[in-house]
Amino acid sequence: MKKTSKLIALLLSITLMVISLVACQESSDTKDTAGKSETAAPSDTAANDVAADSGTARTLDQIKESGKVVIGVFSDKKPFGYVDENGVYQGYDVYYGNRIAKDLGVEVEYVPVEAASRVEYLVTAKVDIILANFTVTKERAEQVDFALPYMKVALGIVSPDTALITDASQLNGKTLIVSKGTTAETYFTENFPEVKLLKFDQYSEAYNALLDGRGDALSTDNTEVLAWALENKGFSVGVETLGSLDTIAGAVQKGNTELLNWLNDEIKTLGEEQFFHAAYEATLAPVYGDAASPDSLVVEGGIVE
Amino acid sequence: MQDMGIEVLFQGRNFVRLLEGLWVTVRISVFSVIVSILLGIILGMIMTMKNPLLRIITRCYLEFVRIMPQLVLLFLVYFGLTKMFRINLSGEISAIIVFVIWGTAEMGDLVRGALTSIPVHQYESGKALGLTTVQNYCYVIIPQTIRRLLPQAINLVTRMIKTTSLIVLIGVVEVVKVGQQIIEASRLTSPSAAVWVYGVIFFLYFIVCYPISILSKRLEVKWRN
Repeated sequence: MKKTSKLIALLLSITLMVISLVACQESSDTKDTAGKSETAAPSDTAANDVAADSGTARTLDQIKESGKVVIGVFSDKKPFGYVDENGVYQGYDVYYGNRIAKDLGVEVEYVPVEAASRVEYLVTAKVDIILANFTVTKERAEQVDFALPYMKVALGIVSPDTALITDASQLNGKTLIVSKGTTAETYFTENFPEVKLLKFDQYSEAYNALLDGRGDALSTDNTEVLAWALENKGFSVGVETLGSLDTIAGAVQKGNTELLNWLNDEIKTLGEEQFFHAAYEATLAPVYGDAASPDSLVVEGGIVE
Repeated sequence: MQDMGIEVLFQGRNFVRLLEGLWVTVRISVFSVIVSILLGIILGMIMTMKNPLLRIITRCYLEFVRIMPQLVLLFLVYFGLTKMFRINLSGEISAIIVFVIWGTAEMGDLVRGALTSIPVHQYESGKALGLTTVQNYCYVIIPQTIRRLLPQAINLVTRMIKTTSLIVLIGVVEVVKVGQQIIEASRLTSPSAAVWVYGVIFFLYFIVCYPISILSKRLEVKWRN
């Protein structure tokens, strides 16, 4: 019995200690993370000591003064934003991010974001800029400010080499595989009512259906089909761009016009040196090879034809 | 060559990165587990009190945490606090806060259940011996409670450790996320890497959780007498 009471006394004192520790840690949090930020990028959230504490975005001067720009990127979307085997951020978006930091004259700090949390990171100013394959949509534009685009996506059609579809009109009367809820589904329903659609819930099911020959072709985002066609011999992307073009752009917190204008000027300057074609060569070309032409994905100077 | 997915593990710093991710997982979960167990015991005792106001408050707290998905809680603490009160917490601190809130509630309910399962005559015998309420709890009730509590508490602890894989959504890169990054970075060069990476992650979680199971078994045997 005595033992247990001692144990309980010990437990209670630990509780108190831990509680006070938590309290201390919260107040000295800024210090803690500042120390950590010097270590490798991916394993911690050091961003918070650099980003504004108040939830309002930092101005251009504040970023330059702090010597660090905080950029949100994907960490597992090769070839756009990923972490290589040495723990270093790589990809098309990151290539652009590195250049932004260089031209601002500051260090860059990447924060890994997920598709669902991209808007929140900007709204709460936990990052200065988002460069995470961020497709420009009306709904998003109400919450964040998009800069000029640096990439574009459209629909693509992949089909077997033996019966390659090179024009959407060839599909009339044939069966096209699409995923439910994608832009491909809406586009073909509206514009090509004579195409029979075979719909699936998941991408993997849709691709398997194409492999099994249950449809004549499959359509979804061109970046997706291009990458898939490379992995699956005997299939090619006959139509690379189709339907309405969606653009991909960097974004900043709503109302941070100073940084937004700087980004827009940056895009225009970079356009003159064909920067994004270089970015394509360095990051996307090894993945897409000859399967895609740079001009069907890259946007220079923020101008979409 | 392209089928040797296991090689991916030893490319560059990949294996070290997985271990670093594991360390993030472990330090967040161990810290939150310790705090939640201690706070949970206190909460459980409060929940068995007869005071109706305390009962309502603790009940509301428990139901709130039970109904809210942990993901929503994480977003509320990480993004919500910044938005509403301009408090900017780091991802790790937010994660610890959420896991403590969650763990304390669940642990409190387990303790409450264990306490009420102690027969009334145990309380009354203690009183009859002239023990004060605090003494009664310390010497009679809690020692018996802990024994009944152990299996469920271990369940909760391992569940908390595994749920840390959610914290990647608030930007904390832990072991599962590192694994996904590795798989994705080598998807085209070695498609079978996924099996190996997830295998290693399974093994790492096992290394963390198994000692806890052993410890609980030992304690159960020890306390049987």
